[in-house]
Amino acid sequence: MPEHSVRPMGEIRPMIEIRNVTRSYGAFKALDEANLSINEGEFFSLLGPSGCGKTTLLRMIAGFDNPTTGSIAVDDQPMAGIPANRRPTNMVFQSYAIFPHLNVEQNVGYGLKRLKLEAGEERRRVEEALAQVSLTGLGKRGATELSGGQRQRVALARALVMRPKVLLLDEPLSALDKKLREQMQVELRRLQQAVGITFVLVTHDQYEALAMSDRIAVMFGGRIAQVASPKEIYQRPVNRQVADFLGGMNFVRGEIIEENGASLTLDTLGFGRVSTEKPTAFVRNGGAATLGIRPERLRVLWDDETSQFQVTGTVVERHYFGEITHLVVEIPGLEKPLSVTETNDFGADDIPVGSAVRLAYDPEALVAMAD
Amino acid sequence: MSGLKRLVPGGWLSVYAVLYVAFLYVPVLFLPVFSVNTAATPKFPLSGFTWKWYEGLPHTPELLNAAWNSLVVGLSASVLSTVFGILAARAITRYRFPGRRPINGLIMAPLVLPEIIVAISMLLVILQLGLSLSLFTVVLGHVLVCIPYSMTVLTSGFEGFDRSLEEASADLGESAFGTFRRVTLPMVTPAIISSLLVSFTISLDEFIIAFFLTGTEATLPIYIWGQLRFAAKLPGVLALGTLLLVASFVLLSIAEVLRRRAARRTQSEGGLYA
Repeated sequence: MPEHSVRPMGEIRPMIEIRNVTRSYGAFKALDEANLSINEGEFFSLLGPSGCGKTTLLRMIAGFDNPTTGSIAVDDQPMAGIPANRRPTNMVFQSYAIFPHLNVEQNVGYGLKRLKLEAGEERRRVEEALAQVSLTGLGKRGATELSGGQRQRVALARALVMRPKVLLLDEPLSALDKKLREQMQVELRRLQQAVGITFVLVTHDQYEALAMSDRIAVMFGGRIAQVASPKEIYQRPVNRQVADFLGGMNFVRGEIIEENGASLTLDTLGFGRVSTEKPTAFVRNGGAATLGIRPERLRVLWDDETSQFQVTGTVVERHYFGEITHLVVEIPGLEKPLSVTETNDFGADDIPVGSAVRLAYDPEALVAMAD
Repeated sequence: MSGLKRLVPGGWLSVYAVLYVAFLYVPVLFLPVFSVNTAATPKFPLSGFTWKWYEGLPHTPELLNAAWNSLVVGLSASVLSTVFGILAARAITRYRFPGRRPINGLIMAPLVLPEIIVAISMLLVILQLGLSLSLFTVVLGHVLVCIPYSMTVLTSGFEGFDRSLEEASADLGESAFGTFRRVTLPMVTPAIISSLLVSFTISLDEFIIAFFLTGTEATLPIYIWGQLRFAAKLPGVLALGTLLLVASFVLLSIAEVLRRRAARRTQSEGGLYA
């Protein structure tokens, strides 16, 4: 396997090129005309519910599956006809796939054995990989004597020691408990930045994708719905499906009154006439559109505080979550009540159910989605 | 009824269970009992304890010869049936192909076919082919009856084998053969040893096929069959039978322990420690 080449910082160069890739099983398309370009040194996530095609795509990059049509190239090299054992990629499996009959050291050194390195060099690289994942000193430990977190680290070291051009991670954190998972998210991100290898992560956990990635591709039903940075994906989802998958979102339907290059004006029930920035991906479909606003972008107005942009409604539910309170507020004219998350600094946890509240919003926080 | 219930926990069902087990195993227990009895005829009351029937065994050249033959046949049959079993079990557990179930059924069929029919059929085929009857033809017959046992043991060793282990090996640059040698084989070694032991035991005890397919050479069961005609030789046969019984029991116990270990090993991955 070729060594990872060091390139000048800041230069963006595609590492993985996915062109019109479809994977069919009979009439069923697990992946439908996927196009994607993943950059060198990028932490890229494939995010979506189970069955969306994200794992299929990952396995095709690894060489365990082949596109029905379309092409995949890694580092400018077409991958068609190249089996998994000769690809410049390595994978961290969901089950970790630690060889149970080998100890930690033998697991990590498994792939190096074939490279016929000098004995000292092999040892050095195994030690280095173990140090990278904080497992120094556990080399002689049997594979079956490891905790879940340790097994995950061994799987990581075993792949990294090969110095792949691309590291593929198939739901690597899903088997860990919440606390360990959050700790590993930070560690994985730090590790990726330290080694500079392109990471492609498959996950169904939106928080994981948001916390770790440079860019995210959100997938549904075999199609890529949106590719963007975590912030962009969260704040400017292209449709309701993406918006919903990335967390809570309030939807307000409206009639398009005016559309020009950069902005949209809509008439809504509940929010009245609203002008908002037009997303670049927005393509109008008929006369109506949907506006989305995240629950945390709605703010309760206290006492005689006013805002240029506000709506008035009635609290119908209140849920306490420690640091925040979740309010459900009915607005006259809106088909569904609004979800509002409010920090508890000002007493949102004491607002009585049934009382009237005024909510302020920032028009910037309203994202228009075509229907 | 209530009296019995007090007497035997569980009532009639446990009585039935005890009778059932006794019917199965008491006759077998007579074998070792009479093999250490001083009287030459097996009947109660026992006349006294002796090892003399056992001591006489090593001084019977025909017996030693038969034991050697059984060893040769057993080793050959167990190795062959295990090799074929590995190939078949691997194919059946790993791949989905048309005819998988019928093929599996055909491989397992000798388990339920009347052995005497199998023996006669094989005899006919072998004579048609112009082969002369020898220990080699016995090995052929024994491979046929041993493969279902090998398959059973090996399938449970291969089943539940986490496929991602082999993918991980390929991902790390190893070839298909290298993966089989470095990952698959070591993980199913206990199952393979278990298969060797089981088929050896089956071959060691097998009579009908050996009886039909052997020429002049006797295996142990055939030797025992020949000795039964002489009443005076009976205690020696009982002693020999006891030894075979113990050997079979020990070998099968080891085989079962290994089979379970193999199954645990292949299936523990991800489950127990995740």
